[in-house]
Amino acid sequence: MTIGLGHYLAVAAILFTLGILGIFLNRKNVIIIMMSIELILLAVNINLVAFSTFLGDLVGQVFALLVLTVAAAEAAIGLAILVVYFRNRGSIAVEDINLMKG
Amino acid sequence: MYQAIVFLPLLGCIVAGLIALAGARGRHPGGSPHAGPDDHAHGPTPESRPHGAPSLSGHAATIHPSHAEPAAPEPPAVGSREAELVTTALLFASMALSWIAFFYVGFGHHETRVPLLTWISSGNLHIDWALRVDTLTAVMLVVVTTVSALVHLYSIGYMDDDPHRPRFFAYLSLFTFFMLMLVTADNLAQLFFGWEGVGLMSYLLIGFWYQKPEANAAAIKAFLVNRVGDFGFALGIFAVFMMVGSIDFETVFAQAPALSGKTIHFLGHDVDALTLICLLLFMGAMGKSAQFLLHTWLPDAMEGPTPVSALIHAATMVTAGVFMVARLSPLFEAAPTAAAFVTFVGATTAFFAATVGLVQNDIKRVVAYSTCSQLGYMFVAMGVGAYSVGMYHLFTHAFFKALLFLGSGSVIRAMHHEQDMRLMGGLKDKIPLTYWTMVIGTLALTGFPLTAGYYSKDAIIEAAYVGKNPMALYGFILTVVAAALTAFYSWRLIFKTFHGEPHDRHHYEAAHESPLVMLIPLIVLAAGCVLAGRPVYEFFAGHEAGEFFRESLKMAPTILEDMHHIPLLVAQLPTVMMLIGFAVAYQYYIRRPDLPEELARNQELLYRFLLNKWYFDEIYDALIVNPTKRLGYILWKWGDGWVIDGFGPDGVSARVLDVTRSVVRLQTGYLYHYAFAMLIGVAALITWFMFAGAH
Amino acid sequence: MILAALFFYLFAGVCVASAFMVIAARNPVHSVLFLILAFVNASGLFVLLGAEFLAMILIVVYVGAVAVLFLFVIMMLDVDFAELRQGFLNYLPVGALVGVIFLVELLLVVGAWAIGPGIAKSITAPIPPAEAYSNTEALGLVLYTRYIYFFQIAGVVLLVAMIGAIVLTLRHKPQVRRQSIADQVARTPATSVELRQVRPGQGI
Repeated sequence: MTIGLGHYLAVAAILFTLGILGIFLNRKNVIIIMMSIELILLAVNINLVAFSTFLGDLVGQVFALLVLTVAAAEAAIGLAILVVYFRNRGSIAVEDINLMKG
Repeated sequence: MYQAIVFLPLLGCIVAGLIALAGARGRHPGGSPHAGPDDHAHGPTPESRPHGAPSLSGHAATIHPSHAEPAAPEPPAVGSREAELVTTALLFASMALSWIAFFYVGFGHHETRVPLLTWISSGNLHIDWALRVDTLTAVMLVVVTTVSALVHLYSIGYMDDDPHRPRFFAYLSLFTFFMLMLVTADNLAQLFFGWEGVGLMSYLLIGFWYQKPEANAAAIKAFLVNRVGDFGFALGIFAVFMMVGSIDFETVFAQAPALSGKTIHFLGHDVDALTLICLLLFMGAMGKSAQFLLHTWLPDAMEGPTPVSALIHAATMVTAGVFMVARLSPLFEAAPTAAAFVTFVGATTAFFAATVGLVQNDIKRVVAYSTCSQLGYMFVAMGVGAYSVGMYHLFTHAFFKALLFLGSGSVIRAMHHEQDMRLMGGLKDKIPLTYWTMVIGTLALTGFPLTAGYYSKDAIIEAAYVGKNPMALYGFILTVVAAALTAFYSWRLIFKTFHGEPHDRHHYEAAHESPLVMLIPLIVLAAGCVLAGRPVYEFFAGHEAGEFFRESLKMAPTILEDMHHIPLLVAQLPTVMMLIGFAVAYQYYIRRPDLPEELARNQELLYRFLLNKWYFDEIYDALIVNPTKRLGYILWKWGDGWVIDGFGPDGVSARVLDVTRSVVRLQTGYLYHYAFAMLIGVAALITWFMFAGAH
Repeated sequence: MILAALFFYLFAGVCVASAFMVIAARNPVHSVLFLILAFVNASGLFVLLGAEFLAMILIVVYVGAVAVLFLFVIMMLDVDFAELRQGFLNYLPVGALVGVIFLVELLLVVGAWAIGPGIAKSITAPIPPAEAYSNTEALGLVLYTRYIYFFQIAGVVLLVAMIGAIVLTLRHKPQVRRQSIADQVARTPATSVELRQVRPGQGI
């Protein structure tokens, strides 16, 4: 059968959901959260490119390129923060991050 | 001149008050006085203890072992001498002016109205401060200022070891001012101002030795019982305003005849307006003049110093009720039912108080019940319409009752603050002047021929005989019986105090006559007991009365005439009663002193009933005081504490805390909790948009 | 065509499965590796869509840089992978519920959408036919002309990220000896050399 736009969007949706679930279902460490964010961004990228192809508009791909850029930057900064945090606290287990308790 | 009469005592009060305040500041610089040296060392020991007061040193040693010097009395306040001299001098000036006014107005026919200030001018209600000076006022001015001046003079001697004299004299002068405002009032509001003012001063003076709990309690009792009466009085004033549209006397008296027959809708019934007004106003008089049912405060008021009892509870404040009824005579004349009630209450009081006075042991209490009884007499006369006769008795009673009180004070001072008659006896040789003046006072009180009391009291009984009031006969019988009882208890007092064997040797030996400054008032009053009788009889109860009082009193039409045409037997009946009472007292206290105790043992119940004042205090306690206290307690703890605090401020703040505590649990500090919350929010938002949004 | 559909399902299936394993794996290193696998499969999906430039960029940037960075950090931080805390299951019901709701909504949208009629006119950068330009060329034609500012700003973002990462994590260890070139160059004989007279046979 013909793979239509809907199929790609469905795949993106599933990836998106999995990324969201990964953010708060994990109790292990913060790195998983960052990877889940990458998954979400990936899902968004798939969406953009799929639309670009099926509508015949290159803007989607340009946007996806920029998203990629930002994702990379954000991953870098996030990991840097994580490293500094680890240096100060000695642990990146999610349960130990409760300094914001008010 | 009239302004001077009224305001000179106020000036005296202010001067003495300033001295008192300055002295207080000097004694306790920088703050409220602590209880340290005051609570065991105020000058005179508590007056009301019936048995001999234990030595002060013993007391002090047990309570305050840390004080080396036992019972050091407090030094007299700074400026005491100045305070007492200034106030007394101003009072004497006021008295002199009052006597001048008495002749000027009473005999010279110069009634005036002296407006002072406008007080309230609001819509229909217009009240001025004004002095109304007519004969009735002049008579009262003389009574008030004379007795007050003599009491001031007496107090210089009586209170000479008291550390708080400036305050005392300030209070005395302020009281006199309020009383003068009351008698010169031109409208009901000003009368009420003076009325409340004398009530306040009574509270302050009864509780003068405020460190004594009994004095405090007595002062509060006096004020509260008065308040009950004042409540009725205020309602009466409102009713007058409602019916007449004004409360100054000129207008009200002019309207009085027009009001007869009108009704007021009160508590669901239509009642006759004038009767209701007069009854409510009389309720105030019942409270102020300690009539039956609202009398319970008068004996307890003896906690105050004796000059206070003489001034307030004999001559002036308690007569304010009598004066008020006399002033409102046009209203009472138009309300015969109310007048009947007045007579009824007066007669009942006369009888009741006399029976209680028969068995009291405190010398001041006997005189207090005597006052209560005599006030009843005055109201009997007022009720039957013989207002001038009632005023006559007020006039003479002021003299002999003040004399008796001041004499008792002299006795108490001689016996070093002993007040129980059972511990006295045989004093007539030790304090002769006091003895003789008190004998004169007693003769006047009992109605011995030629004394002032003879004329005034007998006039009342005669008026009751001829009165056309439904209660007049009841009044007549009870006043006649009370005359015998009066004689009995009065002579009982004299015999127990001055005759017989002394029961307390120690005090007897130490007894000595009072200083001159205390004796002069006694002499003057004793003179008044005689001089206030025959010479002025015609003007009060005789043919000149109408001419003397003119418009100030509205009498029952023929009563004065009828009084002079009664059978001789009836006219002599009071004297006969007096002799019977004297004879019985002589028998019981001179000839056979063992008889009283034997009688008390045989008639145990009756004796107890009378000794406990017909158990009125106990009844009131059970019916009114304790339920009210409990209600107050409930309203405080449950009403205020639980309901208002619980649902109001405390409740709100507690709910706020509860809500906050639950909300705070959302702030766990865990990042993924927050992310989760964000996610739930996003999901909710999307769901909402999908289903409730643009469809 | 069948082949295209087959490849699509292959790539999509593996992608989803590995994404699931990213969050379910116990070992964080395994998680990263599964993430790489997801990226690679996504890249395959991109190729199927005709965006081969983007597919390659995905491999280069994501797999080659970001995922490797993840791996570096995991290795560096000495994460104890054996700790599986018990509370995972507490949140599973609610979390799964929320996730399912999300998914359902997304799929509803997917199933119910329709391309609006006016879209054809609003295409801003139409894809040129594949014979004329390759995907890369087409992208370049658009990116360096119409979207030059975005491109430059993306570069600035990357610069800032780089500086930020350095600022955050740089620390001077006190024991590490460094060279200060400026000091070295600015040294004068007067500050560094000292002439001492040595007696023969004495030493310094």
